[in-house]
Amino acid sequence: MVDILGGIAKAFELIVSGDPELYGIVSRSLLFSGTAVILAALWGTPLAMLIAFKDFRGKTVIKTFFSTLIGLPTVVLGLILFLIFSRGGPLGFLGLLYTPASIIIGQAILVTPILISIGVSAIESVDPEIMDLAKTLGASESQAQIAVLKEAINGILLSNIASFNRAIAELGVVLLVGGNIAGGGNRTDVLTTAISRYTQRGEIDFAIALGILLMIIIFAINLVVVIARKANYIVALVKSPFSKMKRSVRETER
Amino acid sequence: MQAWQKLLIVAALATIIVVAGTLVYFNYFSKRRLFISTTTSLYDTGLLDEIEADYEATHNVDLNIVAVGTGIAIQHAKNGDADVVLVHSPSVEKSFLEDGYGVNRKIIAYNFFTIIGPEDDPAGITGKTITEALDDIVAYGESLADQSGQTQIWVSRGDNSGTHSKEKSLWSKAGYDYESIAEERWYASAGQGMGATLNVANQKEAYCLADIGTYLKFYSDGTISLPALILEEQSLLNVYSVMAVNPTVPANQTIHEQINFNDAMDFIQYLISPETQQLITNYGKDTYGQSLFTGAVQPLIDDTPQPIVSWIQDYAFFDGSECPPQYRNGYAELYT
Repeated sequence: MVDILGGIAKAFELIVSGDPELYGIVSRSLLFSGTAVILAALWGTPLAMLIAFKDFRGKTVIKTFFSTLIGLPTVVLGLILFLIFSRGGPLGFLGLLYTPASIIIGQAILVTPILISIGVSAIESVDPEIMDLAKTLGASESQAQIAVLKEAINGILLSNIASFNRAIAELGVVLLVGGNIAGGGNRTDVLTTAISRYTQRGEIDFAIALGILLMIIIFAINLVVVIARKANYIVALVKSPFSKMKRSVRETER
Repeated sequence: MQAWQKLLIVAALATIIVVAGTLVYFNYFSKRRLFISTTTSLYDTGLLDEIEADYEATHNVDLNIVAVGTGIAIQHAKNGDADVVLVHSPSVEKSFLEDGYGVNRKIIAYNFFTIIGPEDDPAGITGKTITEALDDIVAYGESLADQSGQTQIWVSRGDNSGTHSKEKSLWSKAGYDYESIAEERWYASAGQGMGATLNVANQKEAYCLADIGTYLKFYSDGTISLPALILEEQSLLNVYSVMAVNPTVPANQTIHEQINFNDAMDFIQYLISPETQQLITNYGKDTYGQSLFTGAVQPLIDDTPQPIVSWIQDYAFFDGSECPPQYRNGYAELYT
């Protein structure tokens, strides 16, 4: 039978000894998922702004569409991307299947709905007066939008963290388009796929060590969120001149 | 221009940089890549790790091993996502060659499947032939008091792998219709690799068909405790072959332009070289007390040991050859 306690003890030994194989997998996970979230934030934030600032027909449908996609099963996305990136598929000529780029793009697509959904509601929940006030003070349309975005920074930050959690913990995309390749100069195995491989191979202590590290990463990030939400709320207030002015305007009105 | 438009342009540029960076890296800076689609039984034993390290030490090629069941491995190759397939299912290999996807097949190794099961062997199959054993397992399954589907006494790979097709052929050889056997309440289908399936069988204390390599590794590690009840017999023979993916399939030229045929053939020649054959035969001897795989190249040339060589010929040769001439593409020296 599997010796759970012995496995956990060995797992801690591996973690403490700084096993290069173990930390190689961890760093790949952080690198791929981190890049994916940055990339997704780069396109997710402007799209969220577009949806939040523009009034157009079908806005509710679009918003519902993205909030539904948050629950998209990762293997389904993995399958779709596999078919697209496969050498026989429409983007096969790029040769991206089983490369880190396919993982990064896959995870970026996976988390985009989270960034858009949370981003839109964060922007929409900002007091509309801020925009008017900025414009009154001579800001262009573009500057006024940035001012609103700064106000929504808490929600945007939250969406980024939630995205990273989802990206680093998912298995479907990395397994199907990454291939879980463990050897050579082009490794695509990350925490989740490596846990699955080592469990299948019966190397349970290694799998447990990876599991513990994955949990630590997710826990640490959530801790950062809690702290950042408290701290950043104040930072955001200090940084944005418009909210200050708005407050002083209100006070004088009174 | 509005803020979101500017930001969107930045995002588009960043995406292009990531994709272009990858393309440039893999085309100009990294070593040539050889994609090998393989069966889990070769991978889970760790043999391929050793072969990869040995091969990469002497060749300027990066082996990218994707371990899946034989069914998916073949599918990958058909999509053009593999350059080499390493599998163990002669019937599937035959149609792969016939359809024009594979060329230059070589039989590289063999071992035996085994039937494992609970130590107390409630169905009483120890020492029987495979047909008798399957009869007993069916009888035992039908005699179970609990027919709710909670108690399952047979765990199948259920993933169209080589081991799974072997299981199907054993059932039909014993006179059962596989489709109806798979519907039985006592029959469980894991749908996963060999290692995962062994774990399931171990948890359920069930019977299971396994390849001896993966089984021995798991058993001696203490990961599973089920003993092997039926060993070496002709119908349990397991033969591993390697094939290169055909770079010139008329049906779809575009896919196969990217196939790395030269490195694939170099890898096949490496696998059948006496040194690598020795490495395969010796693999795991120290740890497990016996070979997990036996190199098949020299035995086929020498025609010994018998009866195993004639079993291999019966089971894994097509038209009296490991690769009939119409499925070869150059490299005549492979078949002399």
